[in-house]
Amino acid sequence: MITHERALAAIGTVPDPEVPAISVVELGVVRAVTVSDAGAVTVTITPTYSGCPAMFEIERDIRTALEDAGASRVEVRTVLSPAWTTDWMGPEAREKLRAYGIAPPGRAEQDGLITLTRARPPVACPFCGSHETELRSEFGSTACKAIHVCRACQQPFDEFKAI
Amino acid sequence: MSAAKSAVRSGGGHDEGDDVGVATGQAVAGTRSVAGTRGPVLGAPLFEYLLRLGDDRLILGHRLSEWCGHGPILEEDIATANMALDLIGQAASLLQLAGEAEGQGRDEDALAYFRDGVLFRNCLMVEQPNGDFGQTMMRQFLFDAFSVLQWEALAQVSHTGVAAIAAKSLKEAKYHLRHSSGWVVRLGDGTAESQARVQRALDSVWRFTGELFGRDAVDDAVAALGIPVDQAAMKSGWDAIVDEVLARATLVRPADGPMQRGGRTGRHTEHLGHLLATMQIVARSHPGARW
Repeated sequence: MITHERALAAIGTVPDPEVPAISVVELGVVRAVTVSDAGAVTVTITPTYSGCPAMFEIERDIRTALEDAGASRVEVRTVLSPAWTTDWMGPEAREKLRAYGIAPPGRAEQDGLITLTRARPPVACPFCGSHETELRSEFGSTACKAIHVCRACQQPFDEFKAI
Repeated sequence: MSAAKSAVRSGGGHDEGDDVGVATGQAVAGTRSVAGTRGPVLGAPLFEYLLRLGDDRLILGHRLSEWCGHGPILEEDIATANMALDLIGQAASLLQLAGEAEGQGRDEDALAYFRDGVLFRNCLMVEQPNGDFGQTMMRQFLFDAFSVLQWEALAQVSHTGVAAIAAKSLKEAKYHLRHSSGWVVRLGDGTAESQARVQRALDSVWRFTGELFGRDAVDDAVAALGIPVDQAAMKSGWDAIVDEVLARATLVRPADGPMQRGGRTGRHTEHLGHLLATMQIVARSHPGARW
């Protein structure tokens, strides 16, 4: 019979399909896990971006991991509120991203309209640590990333966008 | 697609006022002409309202996706595809909610792929052809500024389904606005050629901006259902953003001439039918197929 603890551990092994350095739990998309007396597991997830195509894989991978861990039945629910924010990623997840070559997200903006006049602070290069970097593309290989280039070590790198 | 053809024949609706009847009982599927009313009778207000929100994003998302593989530079190819993905994702959430509000068992795919043109409720601006990159970014900027303000307002409403989608989409819309306004400034305050072309783009799309802030019986009815939106406040917020960005872009804001309307009640320009033919053909050729 699967316990709540085992269910959490099983979900903790599911990598983010697009950024496999961190788990879906570390990504912050897993919002709640409940286990019934009969061993049925209900997992509540929230999408990163509205159109994130990885949500289907995440749901499937969570289901498989829980079934392998002995869940009698698995239900994966999707909720939109509260909206996902990169502020839910903890220090460990951020360090794993950096070690993987992705600059971790800064603080998400809580204020109103963004203005053109305010320049974004430079993002630290995940390879050499230099702040001599520039934004190359506001959109990257996945919805959650932007592309920068480091002027110090000449290395282009992804940034996990703060939202 | 006879319904789509009739939409083409009727052409772009000119401003005829907001004479819209709203069915008060069960959802009415589609637009019907009823003796005694000049305007079309629409479905139940919440369904109609959610279609308006969803169809704006679906159709603009499809237009942006047309840049995929054709972007002027690789970064913009990626940017337009990413923005399209966000918009189509938002549309999926909104159309899913619309299907639930309608209560006829239609999901977001049924509403996206198996509705004809006269049943679409997007504003006319988003269905216009992309033109050059400057035209696409100018339209995107004008829509993004509207969209950010709309999501900000809707994130505060008491309707929990709408508020949840709005709070999520607002983050994405702000990012889009930063991107599109950056391009308007770069192209406007760029070379003589880029400035002339993006000014022409602004002049030609301006006639479609009035429709964004129209108010009719659907808006009044959903206000009573917990979705009140102050269109006048949105318009002044939009004016402020547009004026600031156009000033930085050294572009001239056009005078408000006659505004084209009709999309909210299913009277579209000829361009929507062609767009839908491309967008819907795979789903209609293989109904029920899963991939």
